[in-house]
Amino acid sequence: MKAPAFKVYFTDRASRIGGSVFALMLVALVLAPFWADRQDLRLLAEIYAYVALASAWNLLAGYAGLVSIGQQAYVGLGGYLLFALTMLAGVPPLWSIPLVGVIAAVVSIPVAALVFRLRGHYFAIGTWVVAEVFRLLASQVSVLGGGSGTSLPVGIVLSIAASRQEREFLVYWIALGLAVLVLALIVALLRSRYGLALTAIRDNEVAARSSGIGVTRVKFVVYVTTAFCTAMVGAVIYLQKLRISPDGAFSTNDWTAFVIFIAVIGGVGRIEGPIIGTAIFFLLRQLFSDLGSLYLLMLGAVAIAIMLFAPRGVWGLLADRFGLQIFPLQRRIALADHPAKAGRTE
Amino acid sequence: MTEWINVIIQGVLIGGLYAMFAAGLSLIFGIMRLVNIAHGDLIVLAAYIALVVSTTLGLNPIASLVIVVPLMAAIGYVLQRALLNRTLGDDLLPPLLVTFGLSVIIQNALLEIFTADSVRLQAGAIEVASIPIVPGISIGVLPLLQFVAAVAVIGGMQVLFYRTALGRAFRATSDDPAVAQLMGLDVRHVFGLGMALSLAVVAIAGVLLAIRTNFDPSIGPARLIFGFEAVIIGGLGSLWGTLAGGIVLGVAQGIGAQLDPGWQVLAGHLAFLIVLAVRPEGLFPKVRG
Repeated sequence: MKAPAFKVYFTDRASRIGGSVFALMLVALVLAPFWADRQDLRLLAEIYAYVALASAWNLLAGYAGLVSIGQQAYVGLGGYLLFALTMLAGVPPLWSIPLVGVIAAVVSIPVAALVFRLRGHYFAIGTWVVAEVFRLLASQVSVLGGGSGTSLPVGIVLSIAASRQEREFLVYWIALGLAVLVLALIVALLRSRYGLALTAIRDNEVAARSSGIGVTRVKFVVYVTTAFCTAMVGAVIYLQKLRISPDGAFSTNDWTAFVIFIAVIGGVGRIEGPIIGTAIFFLLRQLFSDLGSLYLLMLGAVAIAIMLFAPRGVWGLLADRFGLQIFPLQRRIALADHPAKAGRTE
Repeated sequence: MTEWINVIIQGVLIGGLYAMFAAGLSLIFGIMRLVNIAHGDLIVLAAYIALVVSTTLGLNPIASLVIVVPLMAAIGYVLQRALLNRTLGDDLLPPLLVTFGLSVIIQNALLEIFTADSVRLQAGAIEVASIPIVPGISIGVLPLLQFVAAVAVIGGMQVLFYRTALGRAFRATSDDPAVAQLMGLDVRHVFGLGMALSLAVVAIAGVLLAIRTNFDPSIGPARLIFGFEAVIIGGLGSLWGTLAGGIVLGVAQGIGAQLDPGWQVLAGHLAFLIVLAVRPEGLFPKVRG
C-alpha cells in the first residue's frame, strides 16, 4: 500500500499551551486536600460532578443531536444503584462505582430502543417520561426507603475509609478522577472514527447520512456511553451526600436544568464549553443563590438570551475570535511536500 | 364490578382534559414543528390568571374564561412573534432550550408571586353535582362538562383547520413555509396566530383543571407530559387521535390508581411506553415523523 502523502495531526500551539495550563491546574487540584478546607473540597467535588454531567450532556446534545431533558434518569439510577449494590448486595462502595456504570449502560440499551422511536423534540420529552418512570419506580422500592428515601448505613460509610477526613479526601479524589476520566473518554471518542462521524452529524445530519455514516448506530453508541458516564457521576454524587430520595435523585432542576444552562452558557458542541459554563454557573450561584426563585428566573432568562444572541456560548465566542482550543481535537492536515500549506478542519 | 365501571367512566372523562392539553401541543407542532416545553407551565399560568380574575371581579371561574381565553391568546401571539419565531430553523436546539428556559421562568415567577401553597378555583355547586345513571354508577356534572368541552374544542379546531381560510393558511404553512410565503402569506403572522390558538385552548384546559384539582406552580411539567403522551398514543397530527390518546391515558391512570394509589401516574406512563414499543406511530396516525 502506498504511504499517504499527508499526515493528520491534532495539536497546535494554542492546544499545547492550553494543555499545559490544564495539566498544571490539575496538579494543583489533586493537591487540594492539602491547601483547601472541608467546605471548599465539597464545593470543588460538586463542581467536578457538574463538569462531568455537562460534558456528557454536551456530547449527547451538542454532537449527536440527541437533546435529552431526562438525564436525571441516569443520575438517579446511578445513586440508587450505589445504594442497592452496597446495602443489598454487599459490594464495597468504591467497587460499586464502575459496576453502577456498567449496569446503567445495560439499562440504557432497551431505553434507547424505545426513545429513539421519537424524533427531535418529541425525543426530548420522551427522555423526560423515562426519568419520571425511574423516579416513580424508585419510590416504590421499600427496602431503599420508598418515597422518602434512605441514608447509607454507618457500617458501609465506615468501610469507605476509617476516619471522616480520609473518607472526604478519598471521595474528593474520586470525584476529580471521574471528571477527568469522563473528559478523557469524550476526547478519545471524538478523536476516533466516531468523532469524525459525530462532528459530521453535528454539522449536518443529512449530509453525514449521505456520506455513508451509520447515523443511528453512532447515536446509539453515544447514548449508551453517556448513560455509563452519567450514572457513575450520580453514584459519586450520592457517595458524597450519603442520603438519597427519589425527588432529589431524579430532580429535573438539579440534574437537567442546571446542566443544560451550563452547557448553553459555555458553548454547546464544544468540549471546552461545559468547563467554562460550570465556572460561570458556580460564580453566579455563589453570588446570587440567596435570591431563591428569582435566581432561577434569572438563569432561565440568561439561557434564553444566550441561545438567541450567542448560540455558540461564551467559549464559542472566544474560540471563534482567537482560534483557541484547549483540547487537541481539530484535525489538521500537513501535506508531505508542502508542510506550510497546512489545511484545517474541525 | 360497578367500582370498575366507575373507574373507566372517570378515566374516559378525565381523558377529555388530557386531550385538551394535547390538542394545543399537537397544533403548534403541526404548524411550525415546535414542541413547547413550557406548555404545561402555560396551563398553570392560565389557571392562576383565572384565579386572579375570578377573585378580583367576583366572577365564577367558568365565566372568567371570557377574559382568560383572549388574554392567553394575546400572550401566545406576542410570545411567538417576539421570541419563538427567532428560534425556528433547521437546528432543534434553540426552540427546545428557549422554551425550556421559559418553563423555568414561568414556574419561578409564579412561585415568587403566589408562593408554593396549593390553591383551587371555586365553581360552586356544580363541583359536587352528579347525574345518577343506574344505582351505584353516577357521572359527575363537572367531569362531564369537561369532556363535552374537550369534544367541542377539538371539533371546533377540526372545522377551523379544514373549513376556513385561516385553517388553509395553517395547513399551507405546515406543508411548506417557503411556498406559503411566496403565495402571499405572512408566515410569522400565521405562526403567531397558531400559538395564539394553542394558548386559547390552554386557557380552557387550565381553568377546567383548576376547578377540578388543587394546583401550585410546580405541576406544569407533569401536565406537559400527560399532553405529550396523549399526542403520541393517539398518533401524530390527528386531532381526534389526541382525544383517543387522552382517553387511553385517563383510563390507564384510573386502573393504576384503583390497584394501588402509588401506581396512578406510573400506569399512564407504562401505557405510553407500551404503545411506543408496539405501535410507535400511535393509534390513529396522520403524519409520520
